[in-house]
Amino acid sequence: MLQNTARLQSLIPVDFTGFVAVVKRDCATCRLIEPALRELKDSLGFLLYSQDDPAFPNSISGVRDDTELELSYRLEIEVVPTLIQLDAGRETHRLAGWQRDDWRRLTRLPELGEGLPAFSPGCGSISVDPGMPEKLAYKFGDTPLQARRIEVAAQQDEHEFAFERGWSDGLPVIPPTEERVLKMLAGTTRSPAEIIGIIPPDNIPCTVEKVAINAVMAGCKPEYLPVVLAAVEAACRDDFCMHGVLATTYFAAPILIVNGPIRDKIGMNSGNNALGQGNRANSTIGRALQLVIRNVGGGRPGGVDRAALGQPGKFGFCIAEREHDSYWESLALERGFSRDDSTVTLFAGGGVHPIADQKSRAPESLTRSLALSLRTVHHAKIYGAADALLIISPEHMRVFRGAGWSKVRFRDELARHLTTDGRDVLADADGIAEGMPKRFAEKRVNKFRPGGLLIVHAGGAAGMWSAIITGWAASGPRGSIPVTVPIKS
Amino acid sequence: MRLLDPTSENEPAQRERLPRPQSLANKRIALLDISKPKGDVFLDRLAFQLDGMGIESRRFTKPTFTRVAPVDLKHQIASECDLVIEALAD
Repeated sequence: MLQNTARLQSLIPVDFTGFVAVVKRDCATCRLIEPALRELKDSLGFLLYSQDDPAFPNSISGVRDDTELELSYRLEIEVVPTLIQLDAGRETHRLAGWQRDDWRRLTRLPELGEGLPAFSPGCGSISVDPGMPEKLAYKFGDTPLQARRIEVAAQQDEHEFAFERGWSDGLPVIPPTEERVLKMLAGTTRSPAEIIGIIPPDNIPCTVEKVAINAVMAGCKPEYLPVVLAAVEAACRDDFCMHGVLATTYFAAPILIVNGPIRDKIGMNSGNNALGQGNRANSTIGRALQLVIRNVGGGRPGGVDRAALGQPGKFGFCIAEREHDSYWESLALERGFSRDDSTVTLFAGGGVHPIADQKSRAPESLTRSLALSLRTVHHAKIYGAADALLIISPEHMRVFRGAGWSKVRFRDELARHLTTDGRDVLADADGIAEGMPKRFAEKRVNKFRPGGLLIVHAGGAAGMWSAIITGWAASGPRGSIPVTVPIKS
Repeated sequence: MRLLDPTSENEPAQRERLPRPQSLANKRIALLDISKPKGDVFLDRLAFQLDGMGIESRRFTKPTFTRVAPVDLKHQIASECDLVIEALAD
């Protein structure tokens, strides 16, 4: 329970039996109970520590200075005043705030605080002010962090240093100091030492701590960390085939789709510019995953990353589904989760392909229109190879809502418009060498394999545009299958 | 300023490559198809040429080009053959 009992003994005499109280001047209750503290001092002889002013309380001599907050930190003081009873150095009781009867009972002083109110709530301990626990953990050397420490010389610029070490994706990173990483780790209840998965391509067991370090560098806030951890977990699943996604000459990169209550909790954007820049959570969560793959996994462009062209989403590509006014069930619901679950789905995708349709007001027309664009995914003459992520905008959704089309209905109708005669898309047909093998000549072919088309609602309220994020050429069991992982706290 | 290392902190051992053989005489060659389009065309041609030179070859196939070769397959190749020629990309 206590932060390093051995070290605590340098602050409090070994085998101390009696009472320790911690107060601060900047606390009305601490000032209020000064007479009671004086009685305790006179009758019991106890240790009194002040967090902000060793001269407080003025009427009591021998107040101990805890302005460094080491005692408060090691005793895990959350509220002042706190009264702790120690028996031979071991804590037996603790009272936080002022409850006269409790203090009297514990101290066996039936007259203690006579004339004082029966109850007065305490104030927050300075040692638990925002950011302070991490600072104190760093200051007093109790960090659970295992990563190698690297000194940046005083004359060096730490941002340039990060570039020189090869830690960056080409954009500046936030230097991962111990204090920042400890703050980041406060975003999860998981142990820093927990292994999240084996990160390709170097197949490195990746700890929560290493993810937190890279999340700091990416610019994440601590509350994003659970999403990043879930994304890393998803990327490590064999189904997702991260090694192949990285190694391919194709455009593929892990694209994150976040569903559930956490989207609002961490302030993700699923409205205007939902696929674009400008929102910290959207921009940094996907980047954190990419930095983990780069730094922990060792996957770098020109190394195992053999992309011929790549795409800007390889800096990190994370979106949130617009759930609050969607007419259809969300991606997470379709994939077996409930509305209360927060999830991240990883999809091996390429760039964004816009679909414009400003004229369709009937669902039949719009479905045909969307299908026409979807047929071009990967290549207009290749069927059943690449998956796709279709992002329906609110204005296009309105057409389906108006006609009462469920998502299931839309999927069925869409599938009908995404099949074709194999002979029309064979290799060499239409004077184009690319295309389906001859064995498909007498068959109907489907553009997408079963489960290979993900559909998500996102975007601003105006604009009759939707979007396709094209999947990897090697989608499905031979390559990558989308993976959904629940986000844990 | 003191930073935490974001990398794996691995320092992989450097291993020397095996010397290239002076000749292919009495060597058995593994022809590894990673299941990419037209890899078989390339390897068929090589097998034909090696056969014409009196050099034995054996064909192996990865289940999918998207994943690293299974350990069993790597072990089989290493135990049965002296050299590997891999049809890496289409």
